[in-house]
Amino acid sequence: MQNESSSVLNEFRQGDVDAFETLFRQHHRAVFGWILRIVRNPATADELMVETFWRIYRAHARFEPSRGFEGWARRIATHAALDWMRAGRAESEATAELCADPAAPATADPAVAAEIRRKTALAFRRLPPKLRITAVLAVIEEQPHKQVAEALGISVAAVKLRVFRALRLLRKDLEQQGITP
Amino acid sequence: MNAHEPERTEMDRLKKLLQQALPPIEGEPEPSRDLWPAVLKRLDARPAATPWFDWALLAGLVGLAAFFPASIPVLLYYL
Repeated sequence: MQNESSSVLNEFRQGDVDAFETLFRQHHRAVFGWILRIVRNPATADELMVETFWRIYRAHARFEPSRGFEGWARRIATHAALDWMRAGRAESEATAELCADPAAPATADPAVAAEIRRKTALAFRRLPPKLRITAVLAVIEEQPHKQVAEALGISVAAVKLRVFRALRLLRKDLEQQGITP
Repeated sequence: MNAHEPERTEMDRLKKLLQQALPPIEGEPEPSRDLWPAVLKRLDARPAATPWFDWALLAGLVGLAAFFPASIPVLLYYL
């Protein structure tokens, strides 16, 4: 099994499309879940999946089979999502959806008013993309800091610092709106 | 009592508030459809062709630089 998968990885490195499809089929759920956790919009996640796997194939010659496929794919997916956030499409596409997140009432503390949740979501959207992507993965989705660091290509200490800065900016924004967290 | 305790508590409250506003995505979500055909289509797509006027502009600039070398610093300035 190990030999088979390492041969697939080596064939992919050579640019073999069949090996690429095998890897796509093996990892597409994990990569899709990772992207969806960042962008929180299934249609956008579909679009970024195609972009991610296109970037993956384009970079096949730089792939190192010894380091595994999924972490590498997650890293490329994270950068594709970050580019999407930087392009400013996050604000236009997702704000309305986030404000009316159907999952929110079911899991939220009833004491927290819908208005506060809405303002918090909007304040979060206003964070710089680098801080937002780190906070969504490390704080909201509670992904291990090591995995977040690998996906972003930074150190664990830098992840913690970005989380701290994101929360501080969020607090400031909420305070300006008259909300004391 | 640790001097950073109030700040940590505040950060924890913010984290909780954030998770209530944007609940984590549960389970292992799947794409709505098979995305492999879309990936293949994207791989097969030819890169966008350079428009003819870009080539004409380039040819014009090269000609200008060849016949009037003094214009090179001006062109570089505007690049």
